[in-house]
Amino acid sequence: MTSAALRSRAWKLLEMVTTPLLPSDYLDLVSPLRAGADLRGRIEAVHPETGDAATIVIRPGRGWRGHTAGQYVRIGVDVDGVRLWRAYSITSPTNRQDGRVTITVKAIPDGKVSNHLVRRAKPGTLIQLDQPTGDFVLPRAKPAKVLYLTAGSGITPVMGMLRDVELDDVVMVHCAPRPQDVIFRSELHDLVADKKLRLTEMHTDTDGMLDIARLDELVPDWAERETWACGPAGLLDTAEDHWTEHGVPERLHTERFRPSIVVTGDGGEVTFSATGKTVDAAGTTPLLDIGEEAGVLMPSGCRMGICFGCITPLKAGAVRDLRTGEITEAEPGVLIQTCVSAAAGPCDIER
Amino acid sequence: MTAIDPTAHLTAEQIEELGRELDAIRDEVIASRGEKDAAYIRKVISAQRKLELASRGVLLFSIFPPAWLLGTAGLSVAKIMDNMEIGHNVLHGQWDWMRDPKIHSTAWEWDHVSPADQWKHSHNELHHTYTNVIGKDNDLGYGIMRVDEDQKWHPLHLGQPLWNFLNACFFEYGIAAYDLELGKNLHKRRRKNPEFRARAKAVGRKIRKQVLKDYVIHPLLSGPSFVPTLAATFTANLVRNIWSHSVIMCGHFPEGVQVFERRSIKGETRGQWYLRQMMGSANISGSRAMHFMTGNLSHQIEHHLFPDLPSNRYAEVAVKVRALFEKYELEYVTGPLPKQVFSAWRKVVRLSLPNRSPKVKTPAREQELVAA
Ligand code: FES
Repeated sequence: MTSAALRSRAWKLLEMVTTPLLPSDYLDLVSPLRAGADLRGRIEAVHPETGDAATIVIRPGRGWRGHTAGQYVRIGVDVDGVRLWRAYSITSPTNRQDGRVTITVKAIPDGKVSNHLVRRAKPGTLIQLDQPTGDFVLPRAKPAKVLYLTAGSGITPVMGMLRDVELDDVVMVHCAPRPQDVIFRSELHDLVADKKLRLTEMHTDTDGMLDIARLDELVPDWAERETWACGPAGLLDTAEDHWTEHGVPERLHTERFRPSIVVTGDGGEVTFSATGKTVDAAGTTPLLDIGEEAGVLMPSGCRMGICFGCITPLKAGAVRDLRTGEITEAEPGVLIQTCVSAAAGPCDIER
Repeated sequence: MTAIDPTAHLTAEQIEELGRELDAIRDEVIASRGEKDAAYIRKVISAQRKLELASRGVLLFSIFPPAWLLGTAGLSVAKIMDNMEIGHNVLHGQWDWMRDPKIHSTAWEWDHVSPADQWKHSHNELHHTYTNVIGKDNDLGYGIMRVDEDQKWHPLHLGQPLWNFLNACFFEYGIAAYDLELGKNLHKRRRKNPEFRARAKAVGRKIRKQVLKDYVIHPLLSGPSFVPTLAATFTANLVRNIWSHSVIMCGHFPEGVQVFERRSIKGETRGQWYLRQMMGSANISGSRAMHFMTGNLSHQIEHHLFPDLPSNRYAEVAVKVRALFEKYELEYVTGPLPKQVFSAWRKVVRLSLPNRSPKVKTPAREQELVAA
């Protein structure tokens, strides 16, 4: 018998020993970061960067496959007991000796996860991790001239790149409200002092928003540069228009942080994506009834919110709990009780 | 269904007001659920796993009597924790709000021969929706017992104290059979039903795995301690079964708990539904350890009012619920475990004998009960 076959036999036996649990349920108690476990990380330190931003140092589990500079990682953090997933750019270089990685988070107003990470996260806490992903990365062949165009926390993926690869000719235009809001400011200034970076720092509180037309004056050769831009949607939209107008759209690489914003309302168009039906729903009718009326096969039980026999994945949009008025927004893995939930704006139910 | 309706003094408005007050209690807990609650269930799960592991470890040496005793006691407690405070409550969806896929009603499996999804159907859907409605809620007497004076007596009922005792010893199998609705499905025609067969197969698989683990694998691992370990796991299962059977009997069976007829729930309002849960359940009083070991089903009344609230919050909810009982002049049936168990058993024995005649005679209802 091959060793792989032997191992799988041993594993089967172990499963019999631990049934109905799995051996991993026990192993997780002692070694949550081991190879073969669901990917997790442990927060090892939290370093404040600015008044509302902090760098989180994470020791990833053994299954971590490593990242490319500029990529982001989705992390699952328990906030007030509820697991929430968000994506953050990795700010550490790929060759960090101690195997840890960092993300740098800016607390956004009402941001549950970002505020938690910046202000409350404690070393020692376990978090869930996905493998890093994203194609906002440098090409293998080093580009001769580079422009980084960033605003606010849009600097984070670019910082990952700056720290990772040294390029010959790099210009950066970075916008932040005030000097003290510039994340990594002293490190950037060190790079400038070492002549590794040319930096234009714009403070929008005093200088106003960046007028893309001024780019000619700030970076005269911008059109010849391979450009990586990251920041609020407004900035990226104008940049895309600008690069297209000048016939060099292929030189611009952008990264958008919050791709979709859920619109909540009262009632809305409900899509039953597994069945392929779309119907209009009132804000007061349970989705279970809406689905049944539309001829969708809906599981159900008590029809009053107590049995959990009707729970169904919410793929997109938002729903309102008819008992408490609470809004639930779609996220991967979010299930809703269709008998006590109504559409709060357009939504997509996996039935 | 007793001669005097203990809720007769309430007006329809009062009942709806009561419902609103209960809704408010629920909303308060939902709004304050958080980190502490999540930490609680994680701690309990981790403690259970460690206790089970440690007990099984000790049982490897169960040939030595002190090890046997310690291991058996530990395993019994671990199995009770698994079924009561963890399994029952997770499967109710009490912890789904955490969005932790590992502690979720859709993913949980427990140390029990009834597969989680079948149990969820018969328990969460049928029992909790139709609490104490004769003919609809099979938890009432599990379809094998006479539970109310008004039910027609049959000589077979003479044996019900014995059935009840056997059911207590092999409770998990009783539950599995009951989840399968075995009595109803063993008829020739139903037996062939593919849906029933699939469910029966799932139960068979689960039984095989559980039996293999408890009575083959672990004893084998114990080597020379094979027989003592086998006896230990058997004992732990027995203890767990008798314990959970007792706790569950106390929930709806002691004197003072009402049962309802099928007709009475037609068009039930939210307030009436709450009222039925209040009148159809009974609590067990005792220490925190007692509440924990019963999976907080000692707060059966609160659990039936709010089956999806985290179990660790029932104690605080109970204070408010009890005040409502007083306000609306209703009887809050509760008592220490021995008293409640005795009360439930006395009822089982009493109803095994014929009583003079049903207190209230309504032919229609009688027919219904016989049909049930
Ligand atoms: S049908 Fe029971 S919770 Fe929705």
